[in-house]
Formats: sequence, structure tokens, C-alpha cells
Amino acid sequence: MPQLKIPTPLRPYASGESTLTLEGETVAEILEAMVDLHPQLRKHLFSETGQLRPFVNLFLGEENINQLEGLQTPLEEGDTLLIIPSIAGG
Amino acid sequence: MQELTPYVKRITLDEGMPSLVGNTPLLPLVTLSDRTRGKTQVFAKAEWFNPSGSVKDRPAWSIIQHALHQGLILPGMHLLDSTSGNMGIAYATFGAALGIPITLALPANASPERLKILEALGAELVLTDPLEGSDGALRIAQGLAADHPEKYYYANQYDNPENWKAHYRSTGPELIEQTQGKITHFVVGMGTTGTLTGVARYLSEHKADVEIIGVQPDSPFNGLEGLKHIPTAIQPGIYDPDAADRIIEIRTEDAYDMVRCLARQEGYFIGISSGAAAVAARQVASEIDSGVIVTVFPDAGFKYLSDEQLWKRP
Repeated sequence: MPQLKIPTPLRPYASGESTLTLEGETVAEILEAMVDLHPQLRKHLFSETGQLRPFVNLFLGEENINQLEGLQTPLEEGDTLLIIPSIAGG
Repeated sequence: MQELTPYVKRITLDEGMPSLVGNTPLLPLVTLSDRTRGKTQVFAKAEWFNPSGSVKDRPAWSIIQHALHQGLILPGMHLLDSTSGNMGIAYATFGAALGIPITLALPANASPERLKILEALGAELVLTDPLEGSDGALRIAQGLAADHPEKYYYANQYDNPENWKAHYRSTGPELIEQTQGKITHFVVGMGTTGTLTGVARYLSEHKADVEIIGVQPDSPFNGLEGLKHIPTAIQPGIYDPDAADRIIEIRTEDAYDMVRCLARQEGYFIGISSGAAAVAARQVASEIDSGVIVTVFPDAGFKYLSDEQLWKRP
């Protein structure tokens, strides 16, 4: 199953986990599985209308999913999806 | 003119580019001001007019000057710090001018614009885990400094008093002078909190009736690059919890909207943290009958052009 890496600022909303192993064949499915498991994450990642918030950067390995097929990017066994935070002050 | 050879390669401390730090323009924000009654005016300090393009020239130059005066940067040593980008660009700019090698720890997901500017200026980069953000870069810099004290002068912008003192000496007096003493509210984003702390301390001594409003993201996970969510981040050593009279929390989407609004309605091409500051200034303006509100726009929009979501939205 694909893995999802959780950045430090979101770990408090994911029971402190840094890596989740989730079922899903696309980025959208794995994100849905993530918020089903940890509902507190939803408002940080999705708007009220269910859209991914504009500053949420998702990388499959080195590549931003926007350069692939977006939320419909297929995931395979052993893939690692990363949620990358923005960079705080200084 | 002070002699600091052999550390100072090409310029002395009171000439050349560093002499251009500060004294930035005060811009009127027409869309945020009370245009019908004219009783509330909103202004912003346009910090991209500093030589390296951001407010960070003030603390960077202050930190370097102090370190040179104290003999903390010996020949061959590097200045080391962690940065989200702008402070690194400021260090690299002055370091190039002075002949001081600069080593920077910054998250590997820093924008391509920042990385290219730092590369162009010749800074040595230590790219850190993107998942750990700025706090991860900070820990890496601390580790490098502890392991190689002979190689690095660790500038440590989060704990270095020269950070806030730069704003005490320059930004604070400029606010009084440029508003002819009429400033009533100061709205400022919190990153290292140097601007907040320095200006608040200056105003408390020279115009104590000014209300100080700090600005931070509404969540630890946000898109407000350059700002810190203070309750959940590593707290800067220079942070003074009493500096702000109150804190306004900003949602990322509102700052994005403001960035586009000010670009398209006033021609102010600003960065994301400037947008957040403007949203907070608008909120303050909506709460008062009259006053002179001043905020700080830390940088311009150039370093955010690769953020497609920011500019493509309606």
C-alpha cells in the first residue's frame, strides 16, 4: 500500500503519526482514506466545498502532483506521497 | 569611517549598498482606507526597496555589523544561519560585498526563485527536510554550529538581539517621522518577531498610545510563507509576549485574495506575508472610527511567481 508522509505541523491532528500506510489507487483516494482515519486533518487540507486548499503541496517522490495528473495521479505499491508545508518565518 | 580590515574586503561599514538599508517609502493603501470620510488612513512600509529586496536587510546588516565590531567573524569563518529565504538573501548580499562566506540551512522546498537568487549570490546551501519546515532547518543550523565552532559564526536570527534592535533603531523612528507622529495603530506580521519586538519597544518609549497588533497564521499548517504560528513553532528567543497588545490570526486564502487585490487594484505587487498584514490592517480599519494605521510589507511578489495557485485564482 502507498505511504503518506505527514509534515510536523499536521502531526498533532494525526495522533502524532509521521507516516501513514493507506489504501488507495489515486492521490484523491489516499487523501480521503487519511481524513477518514484522522477527521481533524480535513479542515487543514480541504476547503468547506471539499476542494484542496490552494497552499497544499503534494509530492510524489520529487514531483509535484500538479505536474502529473493532479488528484487523479495513480499510486502504486511502494509509492510515497508527501504533504509539504510552507516555510515559516525568517 | 571605521576600519575593519582584513574582514571587510571591499567596503567600509558606512558606504556602499548597506548605506541604503532602511528609510523605505510609506505607501498609502487606498482600497483599505476610509475613502468616503477620510478619517482612517492605512499605510504600508514598502520593504522591498531595501538593497536585497526585503525587510530582512535591516536585521541582517545589524547582525553582521555587530559581529564584525565584536570580532566574532574571524578570517576564513562562515556566517551560518537557518532561514526561510529572505534573511539568507540579505546575508548573502552583504556577505558578497564584505567578503564573508555565507552558509544557510533552509528547507529543500524553498521556492525556486529563492534558491536561484541564493545560488547567484554564491551562498553555500544546506537543504533540510521539507517535512520539518523552518524548525527543522533551525535544528540543523544549531547542530552545525555546535559541531564546528571554529568554522562558523552562528548568527541565530531567532535569538540574536541585534534582530529586534535593528527595528528599534530604524523602523520605529521611521514610523514616527513618516506619519509626523500621527500613527495610531501598528500592524505587523510575526516571523522571527524582530520587527514586532523592536518597533513595539521603540513606540512604548516614544509614542506609547499606539496600539500594536501582531499577525500570525490561523493554523500551524498554512501558506503564509515567512510568518510563524507562534503557539506551535519553536518560539524565537527574542519574542516578547508583551510586545503586541493583541494578535490577529489570518487564513491563508484571505491573504492570497489580498495579494491579488492589491496587485490588480493598486499596482502593489507584494508577497504573501504582506497580503496577510494587509488583511489584518483592513480588519483594524473596520473596527475604528478614525486613525492612522501602518503596516509592514516585508517583500514584493517576485519570489512567489512560481506559486501558480496564488496568481491564477480569480
